[in-house]
Formats: sequence, C-alpha cells, structure tokens
Amino acid sequence: MVTVRVSINLKPSLLDSAGRTVASSLRDLDFSEVQDARIGKTVTLQMEKYDEARVKSMCDKLLANPVIEDYTFEVIE
Amino acid sequence: MKVALVRFPGANCEQDGFHALNDDLGITAEYVWHAQGSLDGYDAVFLPGGFTYGDYLRCGAIAARANIMSEVIRFANEGRPVFGPCNGFQVLCEAGLLPGALMQNESERFRCENVLLKAVNRSSPWTRNADQIVSIPIAHGEGRYVCDDDTLKMIHDLNLVAFQYVNASGELSEDANPNGSIENIAGLVNKRGNVLGMMPHPERATKKSLGGDDGLVILRAFAESFELVTT
Repeated sequence: MVTVRVSINLKPSLLDSAGRTVASSLRDLDFSEVQDARIGKTVTLQMEKYDEARVKSMCDKLLANPVIEDYTFEVIE
Repeated sequence: MKVALVRFPGANCEQDGFHALNDDLGITAEYVWHAQGSLDGYDAVFLPGGFTYGDYLRCGAIAARANIMSEVIRFANEGRPVFGPCNGFQVLCEAGLLPGALMQNESERFRCENVLLKAVNRSSPWTRNADQIVSIPIAHGEGRYVCDDDTLKMIHDLNLVAFQYVNASGELSEDANPNGSIENIAGLVNKRGNVLGMMPHPERATKKSLGGDDGLVILRAFAESFELVTT
C-alpha cells in the first residue's frame, strides 16, 4: 500500500472568508502577528500502487476545481 | 412534454420544483433518480437545490459527476432546456455547463431572505419576459460567484449574465449583494441560452401565498419558449 497526500488550496487571489475569520480569532487570542489564514483541504489516499499521472487525473477530474483551487500531492509512505 | 426533476442524495428542493411546475405552471414534471442513465422521454431538466452529497469536497462537486450528468450534458449541448436553481447552479458550474464557481458567502452567513434581481440578457428563453425587477427568495451559504478575468470578459462578450442582485432602484449596490458575488452576478445562461443557473429560487415564488409569485416571470417564459405546458 502507498499513502498519497493531496493538498488542495484556494487560489491566492480569492477571498477565503472562513480563513479570514480564523485569522481574526487568532488575533483575538493575542496572536497579533497573524496577518492572514487560508484554509485548505487534505485528502489522504490509500492506493494499491502509485502512478503520478493517475493521481493528477484524480485531482483534475474531481478532487480540485481549477477555477478556484490549486493542488499538490506527495507520497508520504 | 415532460420535465425531469433529477433527485440526488441530499437534494431538498425537488418537491418545491415538483409542485411549482405541476401545480402552478401546468407542466408535467417527474422525479428521475440520479443513477438512471437515460433522459429519454423528457423535454427539459430541472436540477433542484439542496445539499447534494452533503456538499462534500465542494458544493455540487459529487452530483456533477453522477451517472445521469453525462446525459444532462448531452441534453444541454443539444440545445434543450436545463435549469438549476441554488445547488443546481453549483452543479452546473461544477459540470462545466456554466463558467466559474460558487464559493462561501463573503459574510460567512447563511442568507435566507428575498432578494431583488434585474435581468441582463433579455434574449434568453428564461429572461425575455423579465421587464421589471423581480423579488425572489435565496437560501444559501455558498453563493458567491467567482471567475477569473478572462472568464468574466467572455461572460460579457457572450452576454451570459442572466440576473444581477440590485437594490429597489435597480442599482448594483454592495448592500443588495447577499454573498459578495463578482459584479452582483446572481445567475448565468450558457451561450445558446438553453441552460440557466441561478442562486435564487424562482420555484419558491410561484404564488402569493408563498410570499410572492415573481418566479412565474421566469418559469412561464421558459415553459412557453419550449412549449412545455400540457394542462
């Protein structure tokens, strides 16, 4: 088994309204150095075997929406 | 003439559509389960609102890849009518039938209220009778329409904006925009005009007892354009 971690994040140009609230809450907790927070998603895949092209295809077809999101992935074990 | 009301797990507005079409517009509409592979015998498609598949991954993302959607895409590409209010709009964008995407409301609040809409593209089968500002309910947490600059230019070049949120004077004010959508965009049509996606719910505004019947302006135009009325 191979474990692949896919990270999906909103494109930097888009407002992350939930992330903005998290940053504000952190500042309320005296973490005044926080300027911004962005919330992404992680999808951890257990695969019989790793094939980079197929993981990329999964991202393009379902896991990420190219209109609003960027993605990266890596084999973690 | 029959409308297919596609049922997905987690959709919750198909009954609103069913009663609006059958009872208030005289259109025959039937439920069609998403796993069905065919739309044979149907003349239009209604993708209802709700939270299909729990909005997992992204709103509309899983429903947009359901079995029946390849049929819906073929149907739309043949120029036949496809309507998606609310989650249906999100599904249409995720399926690539309309450009852009819907994101969490800028306010982070779920907005459930009536909004005022102005029709922009007046040549589509859906908007051709919308001479006046209409009041239509919304109920969504993820209705902020976004797209990149090139897409926005294409939307303007092809006149794809169906509706924008406006104030009572018909102006595109910030306070009239319930979710932070780019240019107050509330709904889009496709290039041929046969596909309409919008965050507001015209199917919930089809009689005075529901609080208003402005939704009929949109749904009647659609029914007449495609000669759907049977009763």
